[in-house]
Amino acid sequence: MKFFVDSYDIAVIGAGHAGIEAALAGARLGCKTVIFTINMDSVGNCPCNPSIGGTAKGHLVREIDALGGEMGKTADEALLQMKMLNRGKGPAVHSLRAQIDRRQYSDIMKLKLEKQENLDLKQAEIVELERENDLWKVTARTGSYYLVKTVIIATGTYLGGKVFIGDLAYESGPDGTFPSKFLADSLKKLNIELRRFKTGTPARVMRSSINFENLTRQDGEDPVIPFSYDTPKGSLTNKVSCYISHTNKKTKEVIMENISRSPLYSGNIEGVGPRYCPSIEDKYVRFSEKESHQLFIEPCGLNTEEMYLQGMSSSLPEDVQIKFYKTIPGLENCMIMRPAYAIEYFCVDPLQLKASLEFKSLPGLYGAGQFNGSSGYEEAAAQGLIAGINAALKVKGKDEFILDRASSYIGTLIDDLVTKGVADPYRMMTSRSEYRLYLRQDNADTRLTELGYKAGLVTQRRYKAYLEKQKQKEQEYKRLKQTVISPNQKVNEILLSCNTTPIKSGIRLIELMKRPQLGYEVLKEVDLTRPELDNNVMEQIEIEIKYEGYIKKQLAKIKEMRRLENKFIPKDIDYSKMNGISLEAREKLDKIRPLSIGQASRISGVSPADISILMINLSYSKESQKDE
Amino acid sequence: MSESTIAAISTGPIAAGIAVIRISGEESIKIADRIFVSYKGKTVKSMQGYSCAYGYIKDEKEEKTDDVILTLFKAPNSYTGEDVVEISCHGGVYITKKILEIILSNGAKLALPGEFTKRAFLNNKMDLTKSEAVIDLINASSEKSARFAKNMYSGKLYQKIKVIINEISDLCSHLEAWADYPDEDIETINKEQLKDRLSDIENMLFELIKNYDNGKIIKDGINTTIIGKANVGKSTLMNWLAGFERSIVTDIPGTTRDTVEESIVIDDIRLNIADTAGIRDSEDVVEQIGVKRALEKLTQADLVLALFDHSLPLSKKDYDVIKSIKDIGNTPVIAIINKTDLNKELDCDFIENNFDKVVYISAQRETGFEDFKKALFSVFDLSFAENADFIMLNERQKQAVINSYRNVENAAETLEMDLTFDAVTVCLEEAVSELLELTGERVSDVIVDRIFSRFCVGK
Repeated sequence: MKFFVDSYDIAVIGAGHAGIEAALAGARLGCKTVIFTINMDSVGNCPCNPSIGGTAKGHLVREIDALGGEMGKTADEALLQMKMLNRGKGPAVHSLRAQIDRRQYSDIMKLKLEKQENLDLKQAEIVELERENDLWKVTARTGSYYLVKTVIIATGTYLGGKVFIGDLAYESGPDGTFPSKFLADSLKKLNIELRRFKTGTPARVMRSSINFENLTRQDGEDPVIPFSYDTPKGSLTNKVSCYISHTNKKTKEVIMENISRSPLYSGNIEGVGPRYCPSIEDKYVRFSEKESHQLFIEPCGLNTEEMYLQGMSSSLPEDVQIKFYKTIPGLENCMIMRPAYAIEYFCVDPLQLKASLEFKSLPGLYGAGQFNGSSGYEEAAAQGLIAGINAALKVKGKDEFILDRASSYIGTLIDDLVTKGVADPYRMMTSRSEYRLYLRQDNADTRLTELGYKAGLVTQRRYKAYLEKQKQKEQEYKRLKQTVISPNQKVNEILLSCNTTPIKSGIRLIELMKRPQLGYEVLKEVDLTRPELDNNVMEQIEIEIKYEGYIKKQLAKIKEMRRLENKFIPKDIDYSKMNGISLEAREKLDKIRPLSIGQASRISGVSPADISILMINLSYSKESQKDE
Repeated sequence: MSESTIAAISTGPIAAGIAVIRISGEESIKIADRIFVSYKGKTVKSMQGYSCAYGYIKDEKEEKTDDVILTLFKAPNSYTGEDVVEISCHGGVYITKKILEIILSNGAKLALPGEFTKRAFLNNKMDLTKSEAVIDLINASSEKSARFAKNMYSGKLYQKIKVIINEISDLCSHLEAWADYPDEDIETINKEQLKDRLSDIENMLFELIKNYDNGKIIKDGINTTIIGKANVGKSTLMNWLAGFERSIVTDIPGTTRDTVEESIVIDDIRLNIADTAGIRDSEDVVEQIGVKRALEKLTQADLVLALFDHSLPLSKKDYDVIKSIKDIGNTPVIAIINKTDLNKELDCDFIENNFDKVVYISAQRETGFEDFKKALFSVFDLSFAENADFIMLNERQKQAVINSYRNVENAAETLEMDLTFDAVTVCLEEAVSELLELTGERVSDVIVDRIFSRFCVGK
């Protein structure tokens, strides 16, 4: 029996990292929101690995935070260890990564959802999605149904989930949960194109069965730099260590002897796996000359003995896993608590989506996270946030909230998804951004706080703090330009010790700061008028001064890009009548229906020549409009 | 997209045996029927594609202008992909222009430069790179240029550029994988290694740019300026080289009032010759302007031919000529001693001492041509032309390569300044992206793909 329960502005299907941000954003923007999870104990679960952030992903977390999202704050609260990756490799690629207590993270997120005004958290497997007049009818397996204005699908790896461990395969969600079995058929009825992707996770082993004696220890970085601009300075500490080990010739032998038992090579898995996240057997097959691969042994939490083996995901049978994990130094006697597995799931071709993450052909229906063909908690959360904001704006009848590539990694991520589409699960990398000297983790707040505030997610308090910081920065620039450092023994001693030329006459502080060898830290003793400065302000100023030329170049590129981004293509344009454009380009343009020339030029298969012709055609049609 | 019908003389405004006028567009058959009278009485409309008709073009007074052969190409089987009518008439600038005017007055528009090719391109008849090669094929007036343009057409430049793209992308993907996957034990590139690889790439790009200059000489010709005092025989020399009278040749000094340009082809090498007014003190204002322009020409030349009179002793004017050549610096110069048919009064040793290449000729008697050719070839070592397997095509491509070069240079400077590798990588990405403009790919996709295929990265 079906029964009506309630009406909502926004319904979010799935309470993983995408769903959480979507629901919180929707509710905070004043929409009556409901979020469904298949299992109340799996809200904000981290089944893949116990960490948040990492290269480019750390940028995403900072950006989510600047826009008023929750991921950064919760990661700080559940922190086990924090590191700034890539120190020494340059500010563009600096990224924070946190090891987190996964149970704690999940609990904190669940509580945040429960306490959020305008938001209901419900355990339900959604099995059907239907259009009913202007509303969506969302039906759960129990027969309960809800009438809602907008729906955000954030089903992660649950949708049609199937787990593989060697030749064993069974329907399942991640971490032994129920899969979402019926929703996929309902989506197909809405003419949504689905595809199969897969991902995987390594085994978890018992801490006390590991011999840490000969392993390299890796500690967090002190003092801890938090993700969130809201987390008070000095409030966080590192609580655990991670360890490094390596696979060897024996590991390779065991794996290669049993390779035929991997479902990836026997052909049982049809889903496409991520290129960047190969299983250990994948690594040995693809890079056969390499015998040793690095792995990290990471704690899953404070109240558990489970340890995660980063770099060792596998879909080989459990008996093979037991054998090959034991070939690794430190793991000789390891006891596997959860075997490694691969999981296959349904997702959409994101080319069906607009940059607001709404389906082009299904108004009011949005997708976010792994469902959109991405992978990773941070990528999911970023999309969830944007989908949530846009669903709320739709409910209120307002314009879409779209971040362009030059504003953020979030913008880059979504533009890549909806413009280029994906062939395998999409992971954010710094190399995906052409503006990465400008899009840094240190200036995420400068780039996005204003936008987040306008959208309504950044609190008054946060916004005020942001303005203060900007003011401080401005004043400090003024001071650097005005302050003259006179040559004296002390100054020149410092300069010489930093391998840079001593000064003979007075020099402005800003000029000294331009030298790559110098910075706030080393100039401390001779910079006598320096006021108390926020660490992040110093960080930003130093980078902006040292990389000024490069950043200027990128800003010029951004300007050029935005010019093309503002050349809009008429919505009703008929590509089939456009001569001169290659057939492939014509099909792609017709499918993706880019908003602007800028977006069109990023579609793969659309060549610069096609773009010139498109522009010629557009100007022809403009001219003919003028004639009329 | 409906477009107007266009017409142009497609053989260029050169006096030749036969000229071809091309009409392209929806109206071309209609227009042809209005102006063409077939001797067999058939209409153009009734003709098949790829067929010819013999007849004449009538003017506005219904009078015969010229006998012509009309060839019809029906859409889409034509150069532009539209209906094309080609009218072959008897050369001659006047008649050809007259016929074009008749066509234009019957409804066609004068084609813009390159418009036929653009239409071919828009109608999927060729891609951008091929169009560029075609444009150059049309412009190539000597055989060697034509051969180079053909090489381009089959993509040799692109193969060369591809090699460089691969090299930079490899480096980028290594640097980026190293940054994006700090947990994988990806080998760190040391600074010295990186420096070496950057300088290799710089050299490869520089070769391309250098080749452009050589290629440009083949394609566009050598800009040559003849300089010499008044009445030394500059116009005679030029006419002798060109084979017909272009300048007014007279014995009165100062009859060549302005720089006159002519293109001549000597064994596949084209000389674009500017005949300058003689260097002389002149009170004639017009003449003075000519002298000024001549000196301007001198500074723009790829080659200077300095002409001296065998029959006269060196004068102040000759010293002026020598001085002005010295002033312009490194431009190759061939000294030509003319009028060897007359008695020697000139201090030839002085000339020999001041110029590396000296040639004795008599333009009047047409002797010394072989010596001149030899000198020309020794100045321009064009042996590369035989061996070169590619050439820069045009300004756009050259600009892309130069931009790429600048970015690699920038990357090297960044390294030198001890800035971090991320800034180096950004410069390199720009360098690749400039080159990828030429092949129509995009930088981010290329490098991301490469990271995955080359490096073993994963969680």
